[in-house]
Amino acid sequence: MMQASRHAGPASLPIGSDADLAWVRQQVRQAAAELGFGLVQQTKLVTAASELARNTLVHGGGGHVQITPLDAGSSRGLRLAFVDTGPGIRDLDQALTDGYTSGGGLGLGLSGAKRLVQEFEVDSRPGEGTTVTVTAWATVVPPSRTVP
Amino acid sequence: MSVSEENAEREPVAYQVSAFLERRREQIAQRWADAALFRTVFTVSRDEAVEAGRAVAAALAAVAASGRLDDIRASGFEAVRDQLGRMAASRARTGTDPDGVANEVAALREPATELLRAEFAEPDAPEAHEAVLALTVLMGTLRLVVMETTVSAGEELIARQREQLHEVATPVIKLWESTVAVPLIGTLDSARSQVVMESLLDAIVAERARYAILDITGVPTVDSLVAQHLMKTVAAARLMGAECIVSGIRPAIAQTIVHLGIDLGTVLTRSSLADALAYALSQQGVEIAPLRAVGAAADAGTR
Repeated sequence: MMQASRHAGPASLPIGSDADLAWVRQQVRQAAAELGFGLVQQTKLVTAASELARNTLVHGGGGHVQITPLDAGSSRGLRLAFVDTGPGIRDLDQALTDGYTSGGGLGLGLSGAKRLVQEFEVDSRPGEGTTVTVTAWATVVPPSRTVP
Repeated sequence: MSVSEENAEREPVAYQVSAFLERRREQIAQRWADAALFRTVFTVSRDEAVEAGRAVAAALAAVAASGRLDDIRASGFEAVRDQLGRMAASRARTGTDPDGVANEVAALREPATELLRAEFAEPDAPEAHEAVLALTVLMGTLRLVVMETTVSAGEELIARQREQLHEVATPVIKLWESTVAVPLIGTLDSARSQVVMESLLDAIVAERARYAILDITGVPTVDSLVAQHLMKTVAAARLMGAECIVSGIRPAIAQTIVHLGIDLGTVLTRSSLADALAYALSQQGVEIAPLRAVGAAADAGTR
């Protein structure tokens, strides 16, 4: 178990075609399973990865995803960074609105993916590209509560 | 300026190599026939191997004559491209990896350069070195040509298999009178969903189906695009007069769909294919009851 996690370093996968999307989904699922994600958490993360990778392909004109296993003491997580050098997102608030689409889809890719992970960050510069970074943790640490 | 000079200097060497390959074609072919590549591909008769070696040597001579020693697109290769592809494919079938094939092609260089060196009275003379270098470049190009045929053969195979998979993985099954089902397995991308929609709509017409079940038990990920494809298929089936039921929605998928924000409210769903079939049957007034209960009822009737 410890050895497996030591071997699993960051990995970078290209996103340039529909076949690459399938490969990204498989690799994310495998990485999440190795880190001890439950089935529901795996499915959520893989679905978020699928949405974001497709955005990278369709809107960013292709790019890559960086998969990084995280180890924060008691909990393990997976960070995915989707990087493209496309036109960037002009209006981030609009792009994060449910139902808004510029590509003929349902308009749930970016906003839906945000709801499927615990941490979500978009760094987009018009004309330079977009990086969407998401993080999911295998075990959600409950927020410390003060006894009333 | 120096381009023409360079060509003027280089061409004679290329011609020299070409003339050598023509002149010594038989010896080269004989030696190649004993090399691993030819020996393992042409196992039945050595004559075949020699014949293939002659063809390759002739092609190399033609390439050298054209002066394009390092051009894998040189027209001289066309005559043997298919044959090289078949040889590489034959090695691949026996489990030799691309590296192995590349090494076997590289091993053809030594016998040829040896013969070339023997042509010169002084093997260490600069012109001898130059000729050997030119032949080495040419053999390197041959290796690239072989590798390219290997790669393109692999790509063709993958593309063909993908097509086959589209066809194979979408059977439409008749479950009952006017009830059809499509068990979807694997990734539902745009191309797949197009095939699914077409075959489902065809089946609806052919079977005069009023109920169509799309079972997604075998679909690992349902993202917004897959959901959109499903909804489009359902809408198209509805236009054809069939009611569509999406079944096989696993708990993890259901939770993901909710978080994603996809509204499947307009789509009739069931958790399992059995439930979907039961629904379709009950809508048609068909009831499935255990045989014993029927027997018991019959018994009760006679008493």
